[in-house]
Amino acid sequence: MLIKKGAEANLYLKEWHGRKVILKHRIPKKYRLKIIDEQIRQYRTLHEPQLMHKAKQAGVPTPTIFMVDTANTTIIMEYIEGKQVKLILNELTKKERISLCKKIGRLIGKLHRNGIIHGDLTTSNMILTPTGKIFFLDFGLGEFSKELEAMGVDLHLMKRALQSTHFKFADECFKAVLNGYMETFGQETEKVLEKIREIERRGRYIAERKEKP
Amino acid sequence: MEYCLGIESTADDFSVGIASFEGEILANIIDAFISETGGIHPREAAQHHSQVAGKVLAEAFKKAKIKPKEIKVVAFSQGPGLGPCLRTGATVARALASYLGVPLVGVNHCVAHIEIGKLITGAKDPVTLYVSGGNTIVSAFDAGRYRVFGETLDIAVGNCLDVFARTAGLRQREGMPFGAIIEKLAEKGSRFVPLPYSVKGMDLSFSGLLTAAIELLKREEYSLEDIAFSLQETVFAMLTEVTERALAHTEKKEVLLTGGVAANKRLQEMLRRIAEEHNARFCVVPKQYALDNGAMIAWTGVLAYKHGQTVPIERSFVKLRWRLDEVDVPWVKE
Repeated sequence: MLIKKGAEANLYLKEWHGRKVILKHRIPKKYRLKIIDEQIRQYRTLHEPQLMHKAKQAGVPTPTIFMVDTANTTIIMEYIEGKQVKLILNELTKKERISLCKKIGRLIGKLHRNGIIHGDLTTSNMILTPTGKIFFLDFGLGEFSKELEAMGVDLHLMKRALQSTHFKFADECFKAVLNGYMETFGQETEKVLEKIREIERRGRYIAERKEKP
Repeated sequence: MEYCLGIESTADDFSVGIASFEGEILANIIDAFISETGGIHPREAAQHHSQVAGKVLAEAFKKAKIKPKEIKVVAFSQGPGLGPCLRTGATVARALASYLGVPLVGVNHCVAHIEIGKLITGAKDPVTLYVSGGNTIVSAFDAGRYRVFGETLDIAVGNCLDVFARTAGLRQREGMPFGAIIEKLAEKGSRFVPLPYSVKGMDLSFSGLLTAAIELLKREEYSLEDIAFSLQETVFAMLTEVTERALAHTEKKEVLLTGGVAANKRLQEMLRRIAEEHNARFCVVPKQYALDNGAMIAWTGVLAYKHGQTVPIERSFVKLRWRLDEVDVPWVKE
């Protein structure tokens, strides 16, 4: 059963050897050259499971991978019962919202500490389970990197996602994310924060540039 | 009839447009400052603007067949853009508003691109891809503002193409800007050379890609046609991917393509495909309204004026880095 038609992949909910699984199929995109299309889909199909596996080892919940088929650009993974953070964040009380964002921040800190860059940190890529665990999904744009630049961009994207989808609470949410991040990432957080400021000043028409560094 | 006169001067074009309060465009005169070798020197462009301002204004009135005293509002692009250029346009607008004794409206350049696009194509609530020499933005309306879903983290896509063309030693001229020259070259290319594909979330980065393309030029291993082809295919695939993601995310039913780079047929083709896949209508803004133009400032001036967004002359400073998502657009309904 097709449960989501995303921009780059179709997600199917299936029965697989007696388990409920998600089959993620990266579909061909005819708008781009075949050679670019195949490279992108195969690269992401191969790297996503590797990143998810490492993330799990680092203590960040991700669905367990059951099968990877690069030729057909398909991944079979565990189905996670829960709600997309995007759908619930605006409905929470302020206290709950801050606590959830702090938790998210702690998880991002763990990823970065272990050299894992998610690449697409948005609230639609996070699932809150009934037991209160947060699962991270969609590592397709991720990479392994210990560079401040990559970590800074990763967090900057989180901030931008909050601004476009949860604009009413963006500031308090991002602050809470950073507080959580600091707990797990540790002392070097200040360096990452400085990098975020630098990235924002680099943009062409960026309000942040109005302030002197 | 009531009219708004709009002045656009954010970068290399000086333009005056006249719009009626009902949305009829009566004039849209554009005078471009063209440097053969490319690039814009802000001071030289500003000098150009002040030299042609009187002539362009007179032409606009002549085209519109109205008298200056029939103007009810004067609008100007208040930002974002190059300081000296913005200030020249603002000075003309202030002088005109005070001479005519009418209110002044400061318009955000990016909002104006979206508004004129909607007016001309009939789009109601689109995901907009605005691509030019100075901007690369994927935007859609939500809760009172045009939200920025994706944008460049460094240089604009038009800037990337221009610098590549300049480095390759090409020359642009009136009616044949760098973008069009690259498009022609790319049509003759066939061998694809991989270049860094840099999509970060819904944001994009072009600077590394530009460096890599310039390195390829220096190696003289591939023809200019093949590199132009590869460059275009890569940057347009990136733009289309983020636009598709915004479309899937917002579930809007229209895609609007505007800005100078919108003239590229290959980019249009790619976006048309994703629009079709998501059952969305695809709208391309025609060139005279996709390039920087005064008509878009005049029309947005009408919308803003009707919602009381006027600015006293003494507070009409230009805003060099005024973001699209900082502007309230009360005229757009939920």
